[in-house]
Amino acid sequence: MLDPLSIFLRGRPADQWFLYGFSYTALVLAMGIRFMYKYRGNAYQQWRTVSVMFFQLVFSFLIPAWMMMMNQPEFYFSYFWPLKYEYLFPDTVGWFTGNYARTGVFLVFWGAVMSFIAVPLLTWYFGKRWYCSWVCGCGALAETVGDPYRSLSDKSLGAWKVERWMIHSVLLIIVLLTLLLWINSREQGTILGSYSLIFSKTYSFLIGSMFSGVIGTGFYPIFGSRVWCRFGCPQAAIMGIIQRRWSRFRITTNGGQCISCGNCSEYCEMGIDVKSYAQRGEDIVRASCVGCGICSAVCPRGVLKLENGTVSL
Amino acid sequence: MHVVIIGNGIAGTTAARHIRKLSDCRITMISDESWQPFSRTALMYIFMGKLKLESTYLYEDWFWEKNRIDRVQARVREVNPAAKNITLGDGSVLSWDKLILATGSRPVKIGVPGENLPGVQHLYHLSDLDVLNRLSRGVECAVVVGGGLTGVELAEMLVSRGIRVTFMVREKGLMARQLTPEESNMAGRIIREHGVDLRFGMQIREIRGNGRVESVVTNDGLEIPCGLVGITTGVAPETGFLYGTGIETDSGLLVDEYLRTSVKDIYAAGDCAELRTPAPARRAVEPLWYTARAMGETVARNVCGNPEPYCQGIWYNSARFFETEYQIYGQVPATTPSGITSLYWEDSSGKKSVRINYDTATGAVTGFQTMGIRYRQQVCEHWIATGTHISGVLKNLSMANFDPEFYRRFEAAIRACRLS
Ligand SMILES: Cc1cc2nc3c(=O)[nH]c(=O)nc-3n(C[C@H](O)[C@H](O)[C@H](O)COP(=O)(O)OP(=O)(O)OC[C@H]3O[C@@H](n4cnc5c(N)ncnc54)[C@H](O)[C@@H]3O)c2cc1C
Ligand code: SF4
Repeated sequence: MLDPLSIFLRGRPADQWFLYGFSYTALVLAMGIRFMYKYRGNAYQQWRTVSVMFFQLVFSFLIPAWMMMMNQPEFYFSYFWPLKYEYLFPDTVGWFTGNYARTGVFLVFWGAVMSFIAVPLLTWYFGKRWYCSWVCGCGALAETVGDPYRSLSDKSLGAWKVERWMIHSVLLIIVLLTLLLWINSREQGTILGSYSLIFSKTYSFLIGSMFSGVIGTGFYPIFGSRVWCRFGCPQAAIMGIIQRRWSRFRITTNGGQCISCGNCSEYCEMGIDVKSYAQRGEDIVRASCVGCGICSAVCPRGVLKLENGTVSL
Repeated sequence: MHVVIIGNGIAGTTAARHIRKLSDCRITMISDESWQPFSRTALMYIFMGKLKLESTYLYEDWFWEKNRIDRVQARVREVNPAAKNITLGDGSVLSWDKLILATGSRPVKIGVPGENLPGVQHLYHLSDLDVLNRLSRGVECAVVVGGGLTGVELAEMLVSRGIRVTFMVREKGLMARQLTPEESNMAGRIIREHGVDLRFGMQIREIRGNGRVESVVTNDGLEIPCGLVGITTGVAPETGFLYGTGIETDSGLLVDEYLRTSVKDIYAAGDCAELRTPAPARRAVEPLWYTARAMGETVARNVCGNPEPYCQGIWYNSARFFETEYQIYGQVPATTPSGITSLYWEDSSGKKSVRINYDTATGAVTGFQTMGIRYRQQVCEHWIATGTHISGVLKNLSMANFDPEFYRRFEAAIRACRLS
């Protein structure tokens, strides 16, 4: 049924991956429009949603399809290591540069520059929101399809503890794995031997499909819309550390205006107990905040504002 | 030392929290309303299904345990200052070394025939929500009497259930004694746009019904059929059970600047307290979340032996008329006094406005009031406290803006108002 579209976009008949990408994008667009209607008075929400819809459609759907048509590797410009951990695995790098000459080199270069220069810089300047709630495809699905489930995220202190352990463990595993694979390939496979393949395959299965796929969406109605982003995403973990320690980004509390109503915490998809900060007049600087801005949108007293830096008197 | 706090509203819980910061004494907090301190200001969101009751709890359970704040759910029947104890509803007696009264308010009756009919309802306590939930089922029309902020909230709550609401306000405009006419009109317009039948200059004479409310009669003899009457004409300090204790009262429990009542070792904070010497331009009883919280903090210091006078500070408040937010910092009286110039800007949509009051002679700003635009409290207070000249304020006005990013900005238009 989707064959004509697939042939038009990618130059080949539809397969399961095309169906997956197509449905994903269609859902993001449809639910994105619903979301924009729901928050129609809020300019931040409008722009942010247009942005995730755009990146999903163009960078995660059209461009990879077009690259296939051009007999280039299917590449996602809006995903970097460590979220697309295999982009910096020696096999992938070798395959890109070996099979696709100049384009391949460019892709590897793009990936490395984004991972190690652009991501830290942008995160320092804007907080991780520039990616998580403006660009990322997982974020796009969470923000649009996941919107009705945002209040289900667990706000307890216990959940926060679990979150910090899990997400940082995932990050550690990926960093170690990447290092290991590089050392292994330099030593011509003497360390891991034939295990290296099994090793990375198992990992991709565990994280890639289980976590971001099944848990990511299937568990929206149980754990809220951002389970994957909160507990499992290594990209979010890195940006979270930058955001928590160095970023200019914060959510400012407007003096003593909080009436402790709890709307902000209720609708935080990342399970941050925003109220616990706001009612004490404290700014919110949290590693997990993806800057979706919903706390600010639902606050009935105008207490919260997402800001890059502070206003000095 | 054992500190007993009667009331677990924002005044009581803030006091308890701050006493724990300063002292290792035993703390017991008593309330008949709810075991879990919750946010009274969130009642409307619970009713409208936006929040669960649990989401409005002020702190998680571990907080009370960790801070060793004992909670007791009981009605305090009697306070006995001589024996330094209190008697609870079940007759048990609890002794104290210092007592904090943070008993809040109770809704006032309006004193018309039929007021006790089923279907006539206040909005203050958690239990009122259950009754309202039950009453609003199957009701098509309701009347809300009393044009304060709680009335506006109750109207919004009922409208959200598809009930047609007649909102009766005694004054000639909405909150006419607090709001400048332009803002009052704007708020009235917004309320009407949501389908509320807002009536000014109308008072209630009688509530009629046979076993349940059927209609209300106004002072002009107009009879309005309705299945529910919401009374939101105001609140008064909850002090009834303290008769005969020797604690001096007027409308509330009279306290000095250290929030001490007339009886040694008994303090009062929050809605129930009445200041003997309020600051200029401020009221002696200010039944507000913000003031109750500030008093809770001050009373904690005084109880712990770090005497600190309660400072009313620069007035601020915020509210909402349906989706339009309202904020005020400093003094913006309903009628601008002589010697004060009031700069007013209103957006062509009729849903946003900014008002800045300043001293005509010196140019020092004295107050800010906004509708549909968020302003930054620290900045406005700083300008007011330092008497910043209106020109300087207008020049740096964008510093005060607290709207989310990408919102349209109006500083230029506001500046232009001064020139014209
Ligand atoms: C619907 C609604 C909306 C509001 N919205 C706002 C707002 O937006 N902004 C704002 O500033 N203010 C608002 N207020 C006012 C604000 O809620 C009050 O000023 C504030 O809650 C007062 O706090 P408190 O701690 O002094 O008293 P309370 O919150 O009233 O707490 C006192 C507690 O003591 C208990 N108690 C009293 N007597 C006894 C006794 N004898 N034995 C045991 N327990 C007792 C009571 O049951 C109650 O639980 C609103 C009020 C209402 C009703
Ligand atoms: S939504 Fe606003 S007023 Fe309510 S608790 Fe959060 S910050 Fe406070």
